Formats: sequence, C-alpha cells, structure tokens
Amino acid sequence: MTDRLPGFSTLAVHAGAQPDPTTGARATPIYQTTSFVFNDADHAASLFGLQSFGNIYTRIGNPTNAVLEERVAALEGGTAALAVASGHAAQVVVLQQLMKPGDEIVAARKLYGGSINQFTHAFKSFGWNVAWADPDEIESFERAVTPHTKAIFIESIANPSGSVTDIEAIAAVARKAGVPLIVDNTLATPYLIKPIDHGADIVVHSLTKFLGGHGNSLGGIIVDGGTFDWSKDNKYPMLSEPRPEYHGIKIQETFGNFAFAIACRVLGLRDLGPALSPFNAFMILTGIETLPLRMQKHCDNAKAVAEFLAGHPAVASVNYAGLPGDKYNNLARKYAPKGAGAVFTFSLKGGYDAGVNLVSNLRLFSHLANVGDTRSLVIHPASTTHSQLDDAAKVKSGAAPDVVRLSIGIEDKDDLIADLDQALGA
Amino acid sequence: MNHDTYPDNYIRGILNSVKSIAMVGASPVNVRPSYFAFKYLAERGYDMIPVNPGHVGKSLLGKPFVASLADIGRPIDMVDIFRNSSHIMPVVEEALRLSPLPKVIWMQLGARDDAAAAKAEAVGIKVVMNRCPKIEYGRLSSEISWMGVNSRTLSSKRAPMPTQGMRLSLNRMSVGGGETAASDRAAKNKTETT
Repeated sequence: MTDRLPGFSTLAVHAGAQPDPTTGARATPIYQTTSFVFNDADHAASLFGLQSFGNIYTRIGNPTNAVLEERVAALEGGTAALAVASGHAAQVVVLQQLMKPGDEIVAARKLYGGSINQFTHAFKSFGWNVAWADPDEIESFERAVTPHTKAIFIESIANPSGSVTDIEAIAAVARKAGVPLIVDNTLATPYLIKPIDHGADIVVHSLTKFLGGHGNSLGGIIVDGGTFDWSKDNKYPMLSEPRPEYHGIKIQETFGNFAFAIACRVLGLRDLGPALSPFNAFMILTGIETLPLRMQKHCDNAKAVAEFLAGHPAVASVNYAGLPGDKYNNLARKYAPKGAGAVFTFSLKGGYDAGVNLVSNLRLFSHLANVGDTRSLVIHPASTTHSQLDDAAKVKSGAAPDVVRLSIGIEDKDDLIADLDQALGA
Repeated sequence: MNHDTYPDNYIRGILNSVKSIAMVGASPVNVRPSYFAFKYLAERGYDMIPVNPGHVGKSLLGKPFVASLADIGRPIDMVDIFRNSSHIMPVVEEALRLSPLPKVIWMQLGARDDAAAAKAEAVGIKVVMNRCPKIEYGRLSSEISWMGVNSRTLSSKRAPMPTQGMRLSLNRMSVGGGETAASDRAAKNKTETT
C-alpha cells in the first residue's frame, strides 16, 4: 500500500504549511525576525555545524520563507527549494555553486532581457563565460558545449516571445555533456509545465510574476530536482569536496538528493546575502494558493485576446504558441496542454509610431515593465526596455520597432478585447 | 515489501516502535554523516549503540563502541547499517544470528541489497533500504521543512508542541504530499551508466 498522491491544487493550498504548533494559527505566520534563540551552546554548535535542522538567522533561513520553499518544491516535484530576494538573485546563487572563473554556461539566446544583461555583463565580470545557443536548433546547444561547460540554461516559455522550448531535447544534450539543465520556469509556472518531469535538474523562478501573481512582491526561488550526481567526476567541488568552513563536511555526501538546495543556502545565500523578506514570502504564499485558478484564467484570456488580434486589420502578426498554426503550437500542445501562458508579442502594420500610439491609447492595460500580474500589462519594447539598441539589434532580440508585448491578466476577456479594439482604432 | 517507495505509515511505525538502535559503521569523526545521524537519533531518545571494530575502546557521545552486533550482549530493536551496498550481506547475516532477532534492519541512503533484504524479511524482520532515519524522522516530524526540504507530507492538524526548544514530534497526523522525480531518475541514470 502506498500513500495517495494529492493533486496540484491541493498542494498549492497545503504544501509546506500546517497550523502553528504554538498558537494554532492556521494561516502561515509572518516570522518577521532577524534571529532565533538557541537552547544551549551545543544546540547552537550543532545548528552552525549543519548537524540539526533549525533556524539561526533570517539570511540563512526563516520559517515563513521555509513554507514558501517547501510549497514550490512540492509543486515542481523537487526535493527542496531556497527562496531568495528576486529571480536574478536565484540565478546568481545557482551559478555560484557551479562556476569558477574560466568556466562556461551554455544559455538559450531567447531569454528575458534582464537575464541576457546579467549573463553578458555581471557574469562576464566574474569570469563566467556564456555561449549562446538557439532553442529552435537543438544542435546549436551540442556545438556550444566544451570541456569547460558547467551547465545549460533555458526558459520553458521564453520572455518576451512566448515561444515554447523543447525541454526534453535539451535535457538529452545536458545528460550527454554530464552537466545539469537549469530551467527558468517563470512564465509557465508548474501549473503549466513541470520541467523536472521533462529532464531538468534545477528550476528557477522569478516569484514576482505568476506565482506571486499580484504584482506586489519581489522574490525568486531555486528548486532542486534531486536528480543530478554532483560527485561523479569532481566537476562541482562546492558540492563534492570538504567545506573548510563547515569543518570538512562534504555537502552532497551529507545531504543526498537535496544537497544542491542546501549548498545554495549555506554557501550561496550565506555569502552573497540576497535573502527574501518574510513579509514578501507571506504575500507570495497567499498568491500561490490561487495559482491554478489564476493561471487557467490567464491562459484562457490570452488565447481569446490572441485570436482577436490575429483577426484585426491593424495587426501584422501574432506570436502566441496557443494559436493553431503558430510555429510553437506543437511544442505548446506537448509541454503545456492546459494553456500556452499569458505573455506574448504581436506586431503592428503601422510600425514604431503605431506601437507608441497603441500603448498611450489603452485604458485598462497598464504600461509597465513587468509580467504575470492579475492586471493586464503592455509594453512597447522598442520605445522603452530596448530603446538603447539600434534597429538591427532590436530585431534580433525580438524587440523590433513594430512589436508590442502583452501580459494578459484575469479581468473579463471581453473588456480586454474592447480596450485593445478601441486603442487600435484610435 | 516494495523497496522503491515506502508508505509514510510504514516508516513512522518503525521509528515510533524501536527503542534501541545499533549503528553499524558509526564514525567518531564529527563531520561524517553517520555521526550526524547518531547524534540526532540519540538526542531524540533512542538508545544508540555504535558498532565499529576500528574504534573499540573509544566512545561516541558517551556510548562505548562495540566490535560487532554479537558483542552488544542485549536485545536490540533495529540495526542501522552505514555501509556500502557491497558490505550489507555479511552484516545482515550477522544480525540474523542474534537471539532474539532485531525487529528492523535499516540500510542507509545509497545502500541497497535486495537479496539481503529478502533473507531478513523471510524471518519476519522489517526492512528499509536507501533511506536515512534522521532524514525520515525530520521529514515525518516536518523539522526538515525548516531547511526548505519537501517533506512530502500535508496536515491540517495542529502538531504536538515542540520539546526542548525546536524539536518537533514524530506523532503528527499527516497525509502523503506528492512525489519527486529524484529517486526514479537516479535509479534510471544508474542503469544507464552501468
């Protein structure tokens, strides 16, 4: 007899949380404290030496954040997780465990613009080199792998284009290369895609987007799939070699299949310091309770809006993987059968000026640089986030002058369509 | 018994019923996983006996090392084997010569010997393989959740009050909280590489 497995919606409400044993509080309390008292010197020593489970200092762990960590780990089917201050913080903490100066990461060319910046500029200054590959051409990942490669990094659904990545094909490349596959699952959320089930070893999120879902709190998270053997060929000494600050403990030997999450916590978060506020963790947890309901509505609305735009005379093209005939429709049907997400781009026949006009005429869509809010959002990358690039570079990064990006919210779809209709006609 | 996945009730039943645990391969070196597990279980009230012929004459947290299971000289409830899979069978055979027999034979994380397990189960001994009792105690009590680890348990019941500061009780009502891909994939990778 094995235990019954709960469904996704049950995990979204319950995983990681239980009534507080001291007060009986049913909602997760906000433990807004920097530090936690020790029972005695031996207890303190055993916590610092990683011999006991428990709380020391909120930069390393906090009971509110821990509920969030366990919940996202459960939703992704991972062994453990670590919440941090932002999605960017998650990426730097993950790679700090894997990379040394001179090492390389192979990354999909189609990434969130902020990630491209982080990889190109900050990581380069650490001596971490990036080899870019094209997710539409799997062989380009194979060609980019060298003996210095330590990881492969992709987005499950890419921002801003909304294209769907063939995770299993790239996981096969990573397995052959003997490196972990890291998947940024921000735009899909585990409601739509669970990358670990498709061969990913590590999942990262900006919790700021659909998981938190209400546009009110920044956060990031790292999920350990528990699937990678860090000690196999000594490529990852942070996990396989004795740690001097912990008296010679080997992290993987001690923590088994959740060693990567522990390394991110007791080495990465401890030293780099991007801790998540417990208040933000509480806000994000509250958001996650309704993730399945919101995400389905986001996707259903997005499909309706994409269909409307595809039939509009002012629109040149719509890139939404949920539309039949879209280049990524087959991948969307395989990886995200419940919906192709709610972030996509479309282009206007009127070019740059039409893009600027549209944004200024919309009355329900908010013009801002975020995605994954309950509210519908719009941005014209060419006049904002990508304005510093020349036209050729804009086109290459998916931000051509005529391109508009939408993040569809959970309002009534007819109101969103009416708003777009009046703005396109104005 | 299916030794790929164990119901939580099976593991909780074992950890709630055994009182004495002989740990074969216990290390006095305080950064070894066996030391961590020994100390954790001793702090939770188990009567721990360190078994390691290389350390006879020394003691571990005040408990003297013995060379073999036969040297313990009193009944024990559980044998926890901190050895590689290739060293399991002789330890199990030694355990099967004890009188009375132990109630449980537990093989640590990474250790599995199905033939040895079958021998033990044939005489009514419960077997757990490829698990750590410290991790399982931490998981079922939810203490391990403080480290962001997926305990794979859910509960709407107020847990028993913590004791001695932050120690949580094993006697917590819970239901299964999902699965991870980790064990399946690890097993599959092992088959592919061998």
